[in-house]
Amino acid sequence: MAIPTTHFVILAALLFAVGAAGVLLRRSGISILLGIEIMLNAANLSLAAFARQHGQLDGQVFVFFVMAVAAAEVVVGLALLVAIFRRIGSIDVDRLNALRW
Amino acid sequence: MVTLVFYLTAAVAFVSAVVAISHRSPVVNVLSLVVTFFCVAVNYALLGASFLAAAQILVYAGAILVLFLFVVMLLNAPEVPPATEPRPFQRWLGTAAAIATALGGTLLFLTWRTALPSAGPGGDAVALGRLLVGPYLFAFELIAVLLLAALVGAYVLVKRKH
Amino acid sequence: MLSLLWLVLVLPLAGAVALLAGAQRFDHRTTSAVGVGSIGATLLLSLGILAQYAGRHGETVVQSLWRWMAAGDLTITFALRLDPLSAVMLFFVTFVGFVIHVYSVGYMHSEGPRAYARYFAYLNLFMFAMLTLVLGANLVVLFVGWEGVGLCSYLLIGFYFEKDWCAAAGKKAFIVNRIGDFGFLLAIFMAYKVFGTVDFSGMWAQLAAEPSRYAPWVTPIALLLFVGAIGKSAQLPLYVWLPDAMAGPTPVSALIHAATMVTAGVYMVARCSPLFSQSPTALLVVAAVGGLTAVFAATIGLAQNDIKKVLAYSTVSQLGYMFLGAGAGAFGAAIFHVFTHAFFKACLFLGSGSVIHACSGEQDIRKMGGLAKKLPVTYWTFVVATLALAGIPPLAGFFSKDEILGKVFAAGSADLGGFGRVYLGLWVLGVAGAFLTAFYMFRLVHLTFHGQFRGTREQEHHLHESPASMVWPLRILAVGSAVVGFAGIGTALTFGRDLNWFEHFLHPATPAVELGHHVSLGIEWLLIGLSVAVAVGGILLARRFYLGPRALEIPNAIAGRFPRAFDLVANKYYVDEAYDRVVVKPLRSVAWFSWKGVDTVGIDGPINAAAWFTEITGDLLRFIQTGNVRNYSLLILGGALAAMAWLLL
Repeated sequence: MAIPTTHFVILAALLFAVGAAGVLLRRSGISILLGIEIMLNAANLSLAAFARQHGQLDGQVFVFFVMAVAAAEVVVGLALLVAIFRRIGSIDVDRLNALRW
Repeated sequence: MVTLVFYLTAAVAFVSAVVAISHRSPVVNVLSLVVTFFCVAVNYALLGASFLAAAQILVYAGAILVLFLFVVMLLNAPEVPPATEPRPFQRWLGTAAAIATALGGTLLFLTWRTALPSAGPGGDAVALGRLLVGPYLFAFELIAVLLLAALVGAYVLVKRKH
Repeated sequence: MLSLLWLVLVLPLAGAVALLAGAQRFDHRTTSAVGVGSIGATLLLSLGILAQYAGRHGETVVQSLWRWMAAGDLTITFALRLDPLSAVMLFFVTFVGFVIHVYSVGYMHSEGPRAYARYFAYLNLFMFAMLTLVLGANLVVLFVGWEGVGLCSYLLIGFYFEKDWCAAAGKKAFIVNRIGDFGFLLAIFMAYKVFGTVDFSGMWAQLAAEPSRYAPWVTPIALLLFVGAIGKSAQLPLYVWLPDAMAGPTPVSALIHAATMVTAGVYMVARCSPLFSQSPTALLVVAAVGGLTAVFAATIGLAQNDIKKVLAYSTVSQLGYMFLGAGAGAFGAAIFHVFTHAFFKACLFLGSGSVIHACSGEQDIRKMGGLAKKLPVTYWTFVVATLALAGIPPLAGFFSKDEILGKVFAAGSADLGGFGRVYLGLWVLGVAGAFLTAFYMFRLVHLTFHGQFRGTREQEHHLHESPASMVWPLRILAVGSAVVGFAGIGTALTFGRDLNWFEHFLHPATPAVELGHHVSLGIEWLLIGLSVAVAVGGILLARRFYLGPRALEIPNAIAGRFPRAFDLVANKYYVDEAYDRVVVKPLRSVAWFSWKGVDTVGIDGPINAAAWFTEITGDLLRFIQTGNVRNYSLLILGGALAAMAWLLL
């Protein structure tokens, strides 16, 4: 008996929620990036689920691409984090508030 | 049986995700995220996407999170109190490793031994490959460029100006 | 040579452009060379063209220059037309224009080089516009010239624009003219609607072919055209700008406000004679306005003390005569009077300029006197021109004025259009006007040139005859005033032998309205004798009043006996004040309200409010920019959820 797509989607939703919470609630740059990764994974999961539902592999191709993009994004994000750390000596994003009104 | 695996991995994924975002130690965060990724890989396998499952582990758990660890170590984030007790640290590490192994085994078991009741075509690497060099060739090439750009960008960002 | 007709326009225009461009750098000699030379060349070219045209026997020559507007059915070409009427105008406009340009060299001598160049530039531009006006082959090209002369008039009246009253005079001229121009424009629109073309040849051909079809339209178009003429040629009620225009330099008054621009209205009526001939009502209106203006202005001239103002009112009055003639269907006679008037009026104005120059800028005749001995040439040219204006034979004015009066009487006795009595009444006014003209002009002569000098010692020392550049034009114009009349000797004077060359020449272009019956030769001689007698009477009365040891006794006594009447006349019947109350002040209020009420509140209000709202919104929205990264990520999440909701729901 195949697992209904809905289950996967619910799981994806929950994971997305967790990831979002991580992004919004943590002050450390690393934690925020981790939350983003969780969200990406949740999205990938639902993509794969729907791919199976429709019977096409296109969704999986999309997942492949998302993974590659996520890798690139992590690289750049961490590089930014390192650069910021060198500048202000901390990875607390609340310290980055120069662009305000 | 399959349903059970699903619920199990779902639960573990959820819990470790929560830990990943809530624990104060960044290393713990990263490692629990590894656990989460393993569960997601299992789910891919449940969906019949065997290639994706492998890719998930290779790319996410193997590359991305390792990178995270590197940076965490490099930055020595001051928010985290230095690990004064090696034990809780090790405990976490051990548990994570155990779960990872269990999951890995389940994954192998599922993909090799059980005919997954997947509706459509499986996550056959060949089929996927055909799509990549077929209709999605352009995107595929662009991804390569994107990775190059990310590489160069990262280098530029962390270059020290002397 | 005829194919070079367009060059007649280009030469003055080129002069104007060159002078405007080089105003900074040219000195007096260069400016004079360019400014006067361009008009001299234009004159020579015109004479050549006219010589060649003389052999054409009144044929119309049209030179199309380019297709100006083509929109749907409307096609307007910039085309020039040479026919007898425009030939006459071309001749005296270029001739008198050239003479006045030469005079200006002497008169404007004391101006700085930049003002000097500006003066000649505007004067050249005026010549260009005036020539465009008289050579235009359709109503639109004529109107271009019409507007152009109005512009140059404004620029030249306000030449001394540093003085407020000069600038105000320029504005007044332009604005009052505008009212007339509005009527003219409506006429052009109507003409296009009715005829489908505004070309003169086209319109008159259609009108001749089917007069009954156009009959209902003829009167409105003619009347609207005449409104334009009222403005440009300073007739009642739009004459008020001309006396004020005397604020400009005297050569300007001579050229623009005596010889050429103001006669454009008469030219236009003559040009449209086929139209006017079809409408007895329009003709009557023209004659009535002309006749009334002639007498009205003459009465004002009786009590003016500024030498130029007297001449200005005289011009208004003489223009009235021209319209009186045109309104009696005698278009040729009207143009003849335009022609002779150009000579003697220009001579009078230039003479007055010479007098003003000699009196170190004084223009009040009460402070002049006894100038005859000190300014001999100015004196005798002025007297010759005055005699011509008064209509004393055998000078030019006699022939032209007499012809007009004769034709008006003939129209009256032939009951033209059924308005015979009105025409006879207008004839009486014309004769009365002739008496007044002779009288006030000789008042001017006596007070200015005879008796004792009544100015200051200072001025007396400086009295001198003007330089050659000013004196020779006076001589030339005086001779002209004496002899040009012989071109148009009335039939009666030659005992029935038709030697009226002028009328014949013009006939193909402006045929006079045929009168049913003709006045007998005997009556004609009687009329001639009457008008001469009246003129002589005026001269004698003026002599009695203003010459000799008892000068000014009687006029002052009369002024004392009828103080209110005298006051009314001396203050020009308070017409300007009336206009100010009735027209200017209400308009000012409307303008003020449009400014404060409509523009500031109604239009600026909403716009400023919109801007204020934008500003407020910006001021409030900027608080979103907290600089806090987590706030931003919250907003991003919120936005993403909203987008998702929109896509899914």
